[in-house]
Amino acid sequence: MSALHRQLGMTDAEYATVRAILAREPAPPELAMYSVMWSEHCSYKSSRVHLGRFPSEAPWVVVGPGENAGVIDLGDGWLAAIRIESHNHPSYVEPYQGAATGVGGMLRDIFTMGARPIALWDAIRFGPLDDPEAGAKNAYLFDGVVKGIAGYGNAVGVPTVGGEVEFDDCYTHNPLVNVMCLGIMQAEQLQLGSPGQVGDIGVLLGASTGRDGIGGASILASASFEPGSEEKRPSVQVGDPFEEKKLIEACLELYDKGLVTGVQDLGAAGLSCATSEPPSRAGVGMDVDLDAVHLREAGMTAAEILMSESQERMLAFVEPANVDKVLAIASRWEIESAVIGSVTDSSLLRVYHQGEKVVEIPAASLTEDAPKLHRDISQPGWLAELWDAAPVAGSRPTNDETLLALLDDPALGDPSVVYQQYDHMLFLNTLVGPGSDGSLLRLRGTDKALAGTVDGNGRLCYLDPRRGSERLVYEAALNVAVTGARPRALVDNLNFGNPEHPEVMWQFTESIEGISVACEALGIPVVGGNVSFYNEGGGSNIHPTPVVGVLGLADPVPRTAPGLNRAEAGMEVWVLGDFDTIDLAGSAAQRVSWHVLAGRPVQPDADLARRLTEVAATLAHLVPVLHDVSAGGLAVAIAEIAIKSGVGATIEEERWDHLFGEAPHRLVAVTPSGGPVETVAAGLGIATRRIGTMGGDRLDIGGSNTELATAKAVWQSAIGSRL
Amino acid sequence: MFPGTNCEHDVAYALQEQGATAELVWHTSEDLSGFDGVVLPGGFAHGDYLRTGAIARFSPIMEEVARMAAGGRPVLGICNGFQILCEAGMLSGALMKNRDRSFLCRPVHLRVESTNSILTREARVGQVIQIPLNSYEGNYVAPAAGDQVILRYCGADGEVDDESNPNGSVDAIAGMANAAGNVAGLMPHPERAIESVLGSDDGALLIGSFVASLQPA
Repeated sequence: MSALHRQLGMTDAEYATVRAILAREPAPPELAMYSVMWSEHCSYKSSRVHLGRFPSEAPWVVVGPGENAGVIDLGDGWLAAIRIESHNHPSYVEPYQGAATGVGGMLRDIFTMGARPIALWDAIRFGPLDDPEAGAKNAYLFDGVVKGIAGYGNAVGVPTVGGEVEFDDCYTHNPLVNVMCLGIMQAEQLQLGSPGQVGDIGVLLGASTGRDGIGGASILASASFEPGSEEKRPSVQVGDPFEEKKLIEACLELYDKGLVTGVQDLGAAGLSCATSEPPSRAGVGMDVDLDAVHLREAGMTAAEILMSESQERMLAFVEPANVDKVLAIASRWEIESAVIGSVTDSSLLRVYHQGEKVVEIPAASLTEDAPKLHRDISQPGWLAELWDAAPVAGSRPTNDETLLALLDDPALGDPSVVYQQYDHMLFLNTLVGPGSDGSLLRLRGTDKALAGTVDGNGRLCYLDPRRGSERLVYEAALNVAVTGARPRALVDNLNFGNPEHPEVMWQFTESIEGISVACEALGIPVVGGNVSFYNEGGGSNIHPTPVVGVLGLADPVPRTAPGLNRAEAGMEVWVLGDFDTIDLAGSAAQRVSWHVLAGRPVQPDADLARRLTEVAATLAHLVPVLHDVSAGGLAVAIAEIAIKSGVGATIEEERWDHLFGEAPHRLVAVTPSGGPVETVAAGLGIATRRIGTMGGDRLDIGGSNTELATAKAVWQSAIGSRL
Repeated sequence: MFPGTNCEHDVAYALQEQGATAELVWHTSEDLSGFDGVVLPGGFAHGDYLRTGAIARFSPIMEEVARMAAGGRPVLGICNGFQILCEAGMLSGALMKNRDRSFLCRPVHLRVESTNSILTREARVGQVIQIPLNSYEGNYVAPAAGDQVILRYCGADGEVDDESNPNGSVDAIAGMANAAGNVAGLMPHPERAIESVLGSDDGALLIGSFVASLQPA
């Protein structure tokens, strides 16, 4: 049997560091704490040295990266808290609970900041549903993840208002489940993860602690999958949205009454993290009594209690005089509570179990002394060949064939089979909901609204992680701009392969550079993020898949936001932006018609992106339909408008490469004649071209002649017909 | 409201928009004196890990709700509230899992079948309205109940058929009342359709009917 530290996922070098810090052999519970806190998932040891590149400052940033969530100022006394996180590996091992607890953990990060969670977005990626070998498994994972998000989000009472679904071979052995959560609060409700004063009492609130999720951070999230992954199932936590709902209400009442001096959620690394992070931030210590922790099962060891990732738990720091009031509020909301320790001036974390001191370590050593790795970086050798290859070879299919094949693609088809399983209307804020470029939520009591989107594109980032990532930000910014909002903050979920592979680290650093350049160009601060490494399986790494979430502010809220369903017969169809560049590298048409991934995506134009985003945010207050051109190109963008509006279109653009290419910086606007498109665009130097008219019951795009009803039927069944 | 209820703020907002004064009352309360009517909002009372409403019917407040119902006061159950009223025997029938075994959140069309209820008194029979549905267990099962059926699922044209029935409910029943009409329940959420900017304001008709039914105690 290998040494304990290796069983816990630690290297020999890390073990030696622990010995040096303590100047003795660590006891098993101590080693357990180091193993989870120094895991890739908790310590960001491979990524930390690179994350400082992100621009994170703007006048409206209240809390930047490093806290439980980023916080920005919305004006009128309101703050928004936002965060994104992955739950990829748990969702592969147990899709329903993996996805459900991903939602639960996200929510706790938001209400830990003092905010009420008001909306969720999810970006989910799987292997193809109709794969001859893995299709059934992929469909099982897809269905389980969607039902897990629905089961938790609907019951806890936070609407899921948007997201994206993608399918690609590279996710067959490692699906991606990324969840973004938005919360709002009045400025005075902001909570920071501070431990308060020396002498303050730690009160553990919520669910009891059990053996579920032990080692979730270290064993599951920070390692690759091998055959036999089902043995890791005990490392997946089990979610209880009912408990979480009560915990949210109880915590918000505690903040409202000013009864806590600090609060920390128990997520990855459980009590190990919650009892060490807040004290180490403040340079103090904490004494913890594990016998006071309410347990789900008897006979748990100290290490198990410290490592458990049982869900729906919070640690509140409370002045001694307020403890009884806190316990009474917990009781009223029918949640359990326990006084488990106190803040000390020792800077030590001391843990007692069954009357004995089982841990005595410097609290800050769990966080500040965590390893920082400078891993090797090198550009993959195979990339040059891909860049030289023609994106598509030989003759093109007809416009008709291509359009129908794209509408039949599950990543482009009607996602309502997914989002109709999510409550997306609770709280009566949803002005623009799922199935749109971006979602728009009104902020009641003000004349403002918040827009949000999540976007990823693994194919583009595989071909060029820097350009792909930069374009991702521009696309996300356009997605919020077409709702009438201006982008205000970005969070990133960096899903990558094995960081021990130098080419993965190259993809990672290139992606950070691309996101950073775009954020600088648009003036968007990065306020938080999450890194997920070791996404690999079946012998290969996933495509580098950064997912960005962008939050926008519409001020004022558009009287009626643009909708894809608001086109009417007789309206004009316009294209704005760059209609000369052709880019088929990584496009959906390339995948659907040629089943290849080759070529080099074009370099985006940062200044054009900035001006087009501004034009979109302005026009959104003036035109009925405004749609970002992305996957599937111009033809699919127009088909979506026609299908959702129930009216055909005649488009005078015949060139296949222009209809199905995916060059960045393009918008489609549909407007009554005499509309403001030309004037507004000209003001910012954006080119416009009228390309057609809405009307009839056919999709006549460049001489193709598809019945609208046929196109709609194909689009609607793209996912459902493969389940 | 019960632990796990989550539509309480939306319902209070809708009632206020329709001119009523609304207050949230916790399920352990045993006193509703001073209130003119009760709404049980949607959500997942007590987690709904058992049959929906099976635990909520035993919450202390339910005796008081039953007393108000017996006294002719308006009592309305929306979604989970409808399930609880059925479980408590104040309305007939029961709600099972949807035909497709999936949660379903989307707008549905409803046809008014009877105006003899606190929910539909200001509508007219045959009127078609659009309101969001949001449930996993919305499949109504019971023998048909005459004019106690107040709302049915239908198409945009008012036609009731299998295609327009979103969850497999018997006779496409979406809402029920008791014989006196003062207790009513429905699966769709009228509070989510009180402003056209949210997609529909047809729900104002139903919430408005309830508010108009309130008489000072």
